[in-house]
Amino acid sequence: MADRKLTGSEMIIKALVNEGVDTVFGYPGGAVLPIYDAIFQQNQLKHVLVRQEGGAVHMAEGYARSTGKVGCVLVTSGPGATNAVTGLTDALMDSIPLVCLTGQVPTHMIGNDAFQEADTTGITRPCTKHNYLVKDIADLPRIMHEAFYVARSGRPGPVVIDLPKDIQMALGTYKDLSQVEHKTYRPRMKAEKTEIEKAVAMIAAAKKPLFYCGGGVINSGLKASKQLDRLIKLTGAPVTLTLMGLGAYPGTDKQFLGMLGMHGTYEANLAMHDADLIVAVGSRFDDRVTGRLNAFAPNSKKIHIDIDPSSINKNVMVDLPIVGDVGTILDQMLRVWKAKGLKTNPKVMKAWWKQIDGWRQRDCLKYNQTGSVIKPQYAIERLYEATKDRDCYITTEVGQHQMWAAQYYKFNEPKRWMTSGGLGTMGYGLPAAIGVQVAHPEALVVDISGEASFLMNMQEMSTAVQCGAPVKVFITNNQYMGMVRQWQELMHGSRYSESYTDALPDLVKLAEACHWVGLRATKAEEVDDVIQEMISIDRPVIADIWVDQKENCFPMIPSGAAHNEMLLGPDDEAQQSGSEEGMVLV
Amino acid sequence: MVADSTIERHTIAVLVDNEAGVLARVIGLFSGRGYNIESLTVAEIDVADAISRITVVTSGTPQIIEQIKAQLDRLVPVHRVVDLTAEGASVERELALVKVAGKGNKRVEALRIADIFRARAIDSTHDSFVFEISGATEKLNAFIDLMVPLGLVDVSRTGVVAIARGKSAL
Repeated sequence: MADRKLTGSEMIIKALVNEGVDTVFGYPGGAVLPIYDAIFQQNQLKHVLVRQEGGAVHMAEGYARSTGKVGCVLVTSGPGATNAVTGLTDALMDSIPLVCLTGQVPTHMIGNDAFQEADTTGITRPCTKHNYLVKDIADLPRIMHEAFYVARSGRPGPVVIDLPKDIQMALGTYKDLSQVEHKTYRPRMKAEKTEIEKAVAMIAAAKKPLFYCGGGVINSGLKASKQLDRLIKLTGAPVTLTLMGLGAYPGTDKQFLGMLGMHGTYEANLAMHDADLIVAVGSRFDDRVTGRLNAFAPNSKKIHIDIDPSSINKNVMVDLPIVGDVGTILDQMLRVWKAKGLKTNPKVMKAWWKQIDGWRQRDCLKYNQTGSVIKPQYAIERLYEATKDRDCYITTEVGQHQMWAAQYYKFNEPKRWMTSGGLGTMGYGLPAAIGVQVAHPEALVVDISGEASFLMNMQEMSTAVQCGAPVKVFITNNQYMGMVRQWQELMHGSRYSESYTDALPDLVKLAEACHWVGLRATKAEEVDDVIQEMISIDRPVIADIWVDQKENCFPMIPSGAAHNEMLLGPDDEAQQSGSEEGMVLV
Repeated sequence: MVADSTIERHTIAVLVDNEAGVLARVIGLFSGRGYNIESLTVAEIDVADAISRITVVTSGTPQIIEQIKAQLDRLVPVHRVVDLTAEGASVERELALVKVAGKGNKRVEALRIADIFRARAIDSTHDSFVFEISGATEKLNAFIDLMVPLGLVDVSRTGVVAIARGKSAL
């Protein structure tokens, strides 16, 4: 068959469609006009026009995280590409598969400091999984398909394709290469039988086993969560999840101890500290999880299952590393566990659970909602109660509200929780919510937000209206950068340096000005009504919830402390002066 | 398990696609993650398949060395990463061009020492030599040290290249 010659831009559209892309989040500009012209002349791809390129990347992240597909971004050269950098870094840290197409000045002008020229591949090299500069139209089909393969394979991540304008206009022959095997990048999926046998034997023999699971389980796919659930039920062992892993195991199940780490539950962190076997599944021993490394889980053996070999022994030395796809390996473990008729010792497990139940008695997430001042925990708990039976997706910004959402909102399914974990990007939640809503038009999508984070990307309110995404932004408004204020209180003598926002916009009026609906609750007794009204409106809504300005987020492992040195509430604060070493840490 | 904190020197060979930016990826990985580069050499070794071989000498704790290898291996254009120090015997060589300026006895002495080290004079003027010397890094260091009092003015070194002993390929 003689292939008709296509322009680069036509090839790009064709490749995107062949990769299963249905939505592109982007913003036009001089260096991508040919691609926008090609978009205009087709109807297979939907384009969501954002208000700033940073928003486009977070939208694609929300889209990708909630669907399991690769998110797609299209931005122009220079400032378009540099605005995308934060989102790309965010996606790299949280292992979110993205393909970001950036325009570039024509090949013959590269390096001449042309208008809107930036060294995009140079700038994005450390914040992408891989990037490409297309210099020859003949390479374009291969690079387009390779980018999608690299983005979604192994440990997923963002990939940038830098596209000079002359390449977009050049003629060439397109070939669908979506099934071609990559010559170098082939991550290991399956584990050796001996590794699996060792792992299950260690679990069966453990006296205090604990599963510690993260976002890798979610990235591996729905089957991985199902297999994890089966294995944990079979072993009877407790499980804790990282911030990125919430939903990988049912949040309301009795074997779930809650999130672990800096703002994790008392029972999860003490179980980590006391465990004799930690089974890390798709988690990476992040510093927010481990606390002080030399006091981390001192009496435990560790099994680490991860698809990325560079995650193994990076922060914590483990006894049995298993490199491969979490879902595949859990499947292998289940088979061997059943084939060998393995069991954990019920008596031993009972003693372990008795100890855990003792920690649970502390009820570390309790708070006092008395009087009419709204406790932020109360607001989020009421939101959970009102939405838990619906088809609901939650995104967050970054800060206290994010931790409260992680603590008080229970996720029973994967892909329902979108948050910026590794990079901690304020301003992530609103655009991410729009991306989720575009992928799930019928679902309820709520961005649990703080007013400071919300202001960082509030220009995307306009995007939500234009693309018809009725997202809800639930703002726990305390007029402070709450987490900054909390650290200043705990570690810097309550000197609240520049963490108070004077002159906030009236968020209800702001909503109205942007064609949203604005609601407000200032008293505890109004919270339920506002939530109900928010849910019932089929348009974008800001719910401005005025919460207790001085509330702190507990439990907390202060920086540089160990899991068994948690602060459980304000009464513990007095004893805590913050060590010098701890203050250096972030 | 407790991490071993002794610092080891390792020579690592990396086969990569010879494409634009690949060296920047490797160097950026080292600088971005705070790893050491003691020496780095790179050249294309297979023109038909456009494959280059990078030899990097680095130092760190065993945990860091393992990290370096894992991080290199997950770069997309990397074909293979082999730790020549860890995997059996290997030979290492380095080449240097050493310029010595001087007259009289110092000039004679420089030539005599060059002879002992089996360095070749590849350029000569009335008041200078350029020596070519190859060998282990320590041998080059010793030669250069001896040239200092004899009028050493300039040195250019290739950095280490290395290959495993025996018949097997990388």
